[in-house]
Amino acid sequence: MTQSTVATAQEESVYRPVMARLLKVEPMTELEKLFTLELPGGRSLGNEPGQFVEVSLFGIGEAPISISSSPSRSNGTFELCVRSVGDVTRTMHGMEPGALLGVRGPFGHGFPIEKMKGKDILFAAGGLGLAPLRSLINEALDQRGFFGRVIILYGTKQPSEILFEDELRQWADREDVEFHMTVDRGDETWTGNVGVITTLFPQITINPRNTVAATCGPPIMYRFVLMELLGKGIPETQIYLSLERRMKCGVGKCGHCQINDLYCCQDGPVFRYADIKGLEEAL
Amino acid sequence: MSLWVIDKQAIAPLVTKMMNDYRVVGPLAKGVKFAFGEIEDVADLRLDYDTSILPPKKYLQPQEERMMTFTRSGKPVVETVIDAPPTIILGVHTCDLQGMHVLDEAFSQGFPDAHYLRRRERTLLVGIECLKPCDEHSFCKSMGTLTVSNGYDLHLTDLGDAYAVDVGTEQGAALLNRYGNADNATEIEMQHLNKVLAAKWPRFPYKLEFDAGELSSLMSQAYDSPLWDQLAEICLACGQCTLVCPTCFCFNVYDEVELNLQDGERRRRWDSCQLDEFASVAGDENFRERQAARLRHRFMRKGRYLHEKYGELGCTGCGRCARSCLVDISPVDVFNDLHGARV
Repeated sequence: MTQSTVATAQEESVYRPVMARLLKVEPMTELEKLFTLELPGGRSLGNEPGQFVEVSLFGIGEAPISISSSPSRSNGTFELCVRSVGDVTRTMHGMEPGALLGVRGPFGHGFPIEKMKGKDILFAAGGLGLAPLRSLINEALDQRGFFGRVIILYGTKQPSEILFEDELRQWADREDVEFHMTVDRGDETWTGNVGVITTLFPQITINPRNTVAATCGPPIMYRFVLMELLGKGIPETQIYLSLERRMKCGVGKCGHCQINDLYCCQDGPVFRYADIKGLEEAL
Repeated sequence: MSLWVIDKQAIAPLVTKMMNDYRVVGPLAKGVKFAFGEIEDVADLRLDYDTSILPPKKYLQPQEERMMTFTRSGKPVVETVIDAPPTIILGVHTCDLQGMHVLDEAFSQGFPDAHYLRRRERTLLVGIECLKPCDEHSFCKSMGTLTVSNGYDLHLTDLGDAYAVDVGTEQGAALLNRYGNADNATEIEMQHLNKVLAAKWPRFPYKLEFDAGELSSLMSQAYDSPLWDQLAEICLACGQCTLVCPTCFCFNVYDEVELNLQDGERRRRWDSCQLDEFASVAGDENFRERQAARLRHRFMRKGRYLHEKYGELGCTGCGRCARSCLVDISPVDVFNDLHGARV
């Protein structure tokens, strides 16, 4: 005697995605594409910079993806910069505009932009770590008057892995943005800095007390970038990191994304360094 | 609430009547052990069971369940599905009542989990008082779960020829009214009950060498203990301990597609933080790669993390993880060793 019930609207499951329409797919590198999506009725995603969504492809599965677009430029759409690396993302890379895919979210805590106002912001992005940081960078640039200096450090392994190239050029061209980038290994066309992201730090001078840092990158990067940030005297309470974990449910239940007693999907994915430095599983 | 008495002879007809309207489950013999199962013949019901292989949480959070159905053809359609047959669980031990209370907190705090909560809402719990320890692994008395004063709809205590029936909720009272043939407890029966309950306590040993109220703070000091590496040396990382735990609720989500490749279901099933892929992400990063870290994580959840998040310890003292462990890792030993190392 198995009775099943189809849930009624007022007890809708938090696990049920809404169907978003894929408006645009732009190849960025060999592994990354930028997807522009629209929610039903063109309603706003309502995200804050640093939050993520769960993307569903029915029959394949669900994966957490950070939101790459800033709320200030939402225009009823949002962008996801996705590396083809797992089942869901590989399938996404084969999709074309007009396709529908499931979306849940936005989830978690993003960057506390209000608290950052009045301060200089130092961004340190490694590789695909630029994807979530871009949301905050553009938000800050669109509210430029509220911030002091905007310093962007970006590093990738090689020139072919550089993301958002047009936008990087715009940032570099702006007088009110200090933009530095590097690649671990150059090629015949590369004329810029060569070396890991930490080699950019000696090039900048900051007023640590008035600086907030926002960083995202591969796990290996944090340790070294943190040493640089702390080495410049930025307080632990003014350093924010966006962490990656297996955020399967997005709502603090399934357990996969736990970092000691914290849930990356709910307490994060953006954490203040002071709050996680004592957690062995964080970094 | 009120106290009733029901003759043991009256249990069979009562359960039979319930079976017309509910899925009725209870402890049944399974080989030399017991397991909760759907009752087909009332004669199979074993309220005198010691412990069950799996806790009855499987009726609130099934090993596998459908969460939604979908069709990919044409305009995709997604429909939430909640399988929640009206269910009565008979003979729940008090440790497991506490386990369900932990799950209630976990699935209702923060984002409510409609699937669990709908099922919980349609489930009635009939507890039974334990009068002797299940076996040497039980440490319910240490964990404060040897008795409970709520969390059940009805609660039975064996008085020999009859059960004393404690009514915990209005739904429980309605159940008794509708199906039962119970009488108000007489003065003599009340005295008998008092004797039975008083006599049970000395039969249960304290297993922890400290008060369970200290467990959370003990665990917060035990993070760097060498014990985790020592245990990881023998731990097989099989995940049995989490499968049999009444308060483990981690799950994985996956899609199943019909042969037509268009229609399918999104499902979830129990997962275990002890398995090596639990914290891995696409691209080969594994955020809890060492078994020592995984084993520690489990004990931290049981002794500290759940307590901090939900206000309830994640261990009920049921002893199932120790009972099922192939290399005899036992929470009593772990907690006592950590405590011993501190003092």
